[in-house]
This record gives sequence, structure tokens and C-alpha cells, in this order.
Amino acid sequence: MDGSSPITAEPDSYTTEDGRKIGGVVMEMKNITLRFGGVTAIKDISFDIREGEVRAIIGPNGAGKSSMLNVINGFYHPQEGEIWYLGKKRGPMKPYEIARQGIARTFQNIALFRGMTTLDNIMTGRLTKMKSGIFSQAIWKGRAEAEEIEQREKAERVIDFLEIQHIRKAPVGSLPYGLQKRVELGRALVAEPSLLLLDEPMAGMNVEEKEDMSRFILDVNEEFGTTIALIEHDMGVVMDISDRVVVMDYGAKIGDGTPSEVRNNQKVIDAYLGVSHD
Amino acid sequence: MLYREVGDFKTTYQADGQTFPIAFDRYRYYAVMLFAFAIVPFLLNDYWVKAIALPFLIYSIAAIGLNILIGYCGQVSLGTGGFMAVGAYSCYKFMTGFDIYIPGGEEWVRYALPPLNIFFSVILGGVMTALVGILFGLPSLRIKGFYLAVATLAAQFFLVWVFNKWEWSFNYSASGQITAPERFLFGHAITGPNTEPWATYLFCLVFVTILAIVARNLTRGHLGRSWMSIRDMDIAAEIIGVNPLKAKLTAFGISSFYIGIAGALLFSVYLGAVEVGEVFGIQKSFLVLFMVIIGGLGSIFGSFAGAAFMVLLPVLLKNVLVGQLGWATDIAAHLEFVIVGALIVIFLILEPHGLAQLWRIIKEKLRLWPFPH
Repeated sequence: MDGSSPITAEPDSYTTEDGRKIGGVVMEMKNITLRFGGVTAIKDISFDIREGEVRAIIGPNGAGKSSMLNVINGFYHPQEGEIWYLGKKRGPMKPYEIARQGIARTFQNIALFRGMTTLDNIMTGRLTKMKSGIFSQAIWKGRAEAEEIEQREKAERVIDFLEIQHIRKAPVGSLPYGLQKRVELGRALVAEPSLLLLDEPMAGMNVEEKEDMSRFILDVNEEFGTTIALIEHDMGVVMDISDRVVVMDYGAKIGDGTPSEVRNNQKVIDAYLGVSHD
Repeated sequence: MLYREVGDFKTTYQADGQTFPIAFDRYRYYAVMLFAFAIVPFLLNDYWVKAIALPFLIYSIAAIGLNILIGYCGQVSLGTGGFMAVGAYSCYKFMTGFDIYIPGGEEWVRYALPPLNIFFSVILGGVMTALVGILFGLPSLRIKGFYLAVATLAAQFFLVWVFNKWEWSFNYSASGQITAPERFLFGHAITGPNTEPWATYLFCLVFVTILAIVARNLTRGHLGRSWMSIRDMDIAAEIIGVNPLKAKLTAFGISSFYIGIAGALLFSVYLGAVEVGEVFGIQKSFLVLFMVIIGGLGSIFGSFAGAAFMVLLPVLLKNVLVGQLGWATDIAAHLEFVIVGALIVIFLILEPHGLAQLWRIIKEKLRLWPFPH
């Protein structure tokens, strides 16, 4: 891709091994460089994320994966490079504006609202869709109530999907780790994002919980057609569930392609097994 | 056995989202409302109104207001006294009328605003306070926690200073005090020296009821969720699409509106005459803060419970020490501070989440009583 034209229209789509059609480009990162003072966290990285695919970003610790995710959802602003989203170049924006454009995410260390119930946490994911004014909410008649019920239905659909009905009214602070991760996925999912970012969705889970989570991620992708970009350390999981993989090391991209291509890439093998960098 | 939700099935989201989802709670709420509106007005005498009913109602409004800011939105404020002063002084100006200047043609035209009805004066007092509150809430966008507390403390001292020095605000009275003139609503005196206990009580009760219901509605809707998300984790809130500027400033605005109305009522209906440094000093900020913390952060019921605790306890102690035990009044007055202080400390150690949490535990126990499981 030469990168000079907006991309959605390009018919560069492909079909995965399991027969899913992958569409045009949702997001394209062009020559992104991110520095913190003298430290360069991301060095001149370009890659794209296509509609309907599960895109993984992997790499050893400190490779710059989380920074990459933070760039995508506008928490960090790169010094160089361009971000194209849905065919438009993205200007400098606040994170909440980017969320309103349809990018949702989960966090590596669970970032739920601990004082609120599961239901309220998931309902906050719908905040961007709620429009009733202060006075309507104060009276709680008409628009505010109708809207609340409408959004509650959407939230309940996600609650059903993730099988967390039984903890609907429980404060999330008291839930076990695996369930908290699932609630957080629900909070991101309920926003009906066009791009869902998952930062280590399986960190700290046992095998069973990982299997559950993998199933949910694949189901989300399949049922809602959601485009997913995820960071994960468990290579087995990454190779199983993702369609294409970006490999980062020391802030630079060292590989990009399908899991099998990446697995046979000499640079990737070196990065993971360790050779002397010269 | 006394209190149960078994068999209370919900078939609509509307029924599930109501304020009192449990039928028993709902009936108790109706009973309390009936008692407060239909029975209490006949029982009240001057002492009960002045010593208990009015301060309880007025401080409940202030506590709900501060609870919205601290308990729901997580922004600490020590400026409550100053904001109450804004409510009181604006209410006074609207009660007595003043000149406003509107641009008309070549020059500004003077227009004498007539004295407004007491009801609207109180509301407008709240509106003015909301504007001032939003202004002093602006630093919250950059600073948090203790630093924000100090910034609001500056508001407290600044506002008291303003109402001491700005002679227009107290209509150039020689004493620097503001005194509520006699005002009527439906032919009954609400302010001034000739009020009847039941009229002032009902006037405040209407405000408390409406404002409490509105607070409940705001905190259960999406505005309330955006406040709570900012309180619990502001970065995550911003990343899922909450505009922190809007969430924090609405919290400051609405909280100040409540506090302003409390200040206006405290001045006009309860005290009648006010000297700003004496009534709206820093100790008032702490009094309301105590109510919120003792009552329970993030709970409307807790605001009422905290206000009741702080208003009733001194009265109760005084009655017991002076009335029952026959102590000298001055010794009792000093000991009162010691005992109230000690009780607060003991209480906070035993139940750091306040009276609201205690109430939740009692309800939980009542569900099972008299069986252990």
C-alpha cells in the first residue's frame, strides 16, 4: 500500500482460513514515532487493521505494545506519523472524542469503576449514546426514562452474551478477577465499537479462564463482526485466535503477517529467544 | 422476616430501575411522606421547629448537595460555607429588589427589579450559587484531592471577605448584617418575626422533598454514572467517552445549587438575620462535611442521616445533661463538644462507611431475622 490515498475503498480484502471475509482498512498507522523525552517508545511503525479481523500486537516486555494502543485511542500523541481512521486522517483529539468515534478498549490492569455495580459499569459504556438533558433527567419522565430503558436493553443483551446475569447487581469491586475482566470486556463491547482494543485480556488467568475469554473474543468477532486489536503475551492464544500479527521489539516493527508467517520469521524468533543485538 | 424481597418479581426494566424496588421500602417511604406532610405540621410548636425541624431540613439539603460533589463525583470541597453565603446574599438581594442595567440603544438603561416572591428568591439564590460554584470548580480540571480541597478553601475565605466588604451586597446596612424582611406565600408569613411554625416547616419540607427526588433521579441516570465513573477512575472514564470537563462542572454546578438553596433558607427562614463571618465561616463547611462523611458518601439517605445526627445529637445531649441530670448550662455546653467529638471518632472507627452503610447492614439482617441463615 503506498499510503497516499484514503484506504477504505481499496479492495485489498482477503479471506481467512476459516472462511471469514475480511473487509477494507478500518485504521491505518503511518510511520508512527512516539518519544518520551529522550526515550523513543515507538520507532517509525506502520500497519493497518482491517474490518472484521482479529489483529494481534505481540512482542517482549517493553517493546512498546501498550504505548501503541494508547496512541490508537488518543491517550498519547505521537510526535511523528499519521493515523487514518475510517478513511479520514485523524487530527489531535481528546480520548473521549475518540471514544465517541467508535473506539473502545479494555485495560491491562482492570480499570472498572469499583464503587458501581456490574450493570452500572456496563451502562457507562453506553454514555456516549445518551442524549437526554439535565432537566429531563431531574424529572425522570419522558425522554430520560425512555432512553434509560432503551439503553438498558442493549446492556442486558451484552450481559446475556457474556453470561454475567447473576452478578448484574453486584458491586464489581467484590468480584473475582476473571469476572472483572469479563465485565470490562462488556463495558467496551456495549458501546458497539467499530474497533475494539484489548490490552492483555488474558493476563493473570488460568487455562480455563483463558479458554473462556478466547471463546468470548472469537464470538464477539463472529457475532457482531467487531474488528479487534489485541495485545497478548500467551503465544498459544495469539497464534490460535488472531488473523494477522504485528511483532514489535524495542519500539520497532520486526514482523507482520499471518500467525504462521510470523512464527517462521527469523527476526521474531531471535527477539523471543534472544540473540545479541548489534 | 420483617423485610424481604422474595416474591417481588420485576417484569419491566422500569420496575427494576425504580427508586425503591422492594415493596416494603416503597410503602415505608409513602408512610414517611404522609407523616411529614400531613401529621407533623399539626404537632410542631416553636421550639421543635427552631431547634430541630428547620435545621434538620436545611442541612439535609446542604448535605445532599455536598454529597453530590464529594460522594458521587469524588471532588473534595471545603467551600460549602462560602457557597451558602452566596445563596443567602443573592436571596436577600432578590427579596429586597435591586437595580439592574440593561443595554438599550445608546446607553445602559436602569431598571429597578422589584422584590421577588420568597419562593423565587430562594431558587434564584441557588442559581446564582450554581454559577459561582462552576467558576470555582474550574481548577478541578487540573488538580485533584487535597490540592483541590485547598483551592476550594480559598473560595471559602474569598467569598466571606466579599460579603464583608462589598456594601451593595448587604444594602449598605450599618451593622453589615442582612436581615430578612417579612415575606408571604399564599398569605402566610414565611420570613420575618411573625411566622407560624407549620408554615416555615412546610416551606422547607417542599424544597427538601423536591430536591431529594431530583438528586436521586440525577444520580441514577447517565449524568450520575458519568460522575461516578470520574470518581472511581477518571482515566478510564475519559477513555470510554466521558467528557471530564462536563462531568466535573455539572457536579460543581448542581452541588452548589443545592448548597445555595440551603444557604438561602438558613438565612431567610431559619435565622432571619445573618452576619457572614459568623454564620458562613469555615466551621460551616466542616459541619456539612461531617454530615456527609458520617451519613455515608454517595448516598442520599446518608445525607439525611448525617444531617439528623449532627443536628439532633447536641439537642439530645443538652436535654439529657441539663434537663435530666440538672447540670449547669455552661458546663453542659462545653461537655457537649467533647461528647459529640468523641462520638464522631468512635462512630467512624466502628463504621467508616457511615450511617447509610449501617442502615444497609440492618436491612440485610432484617431479611433473615429471626433465623441465622
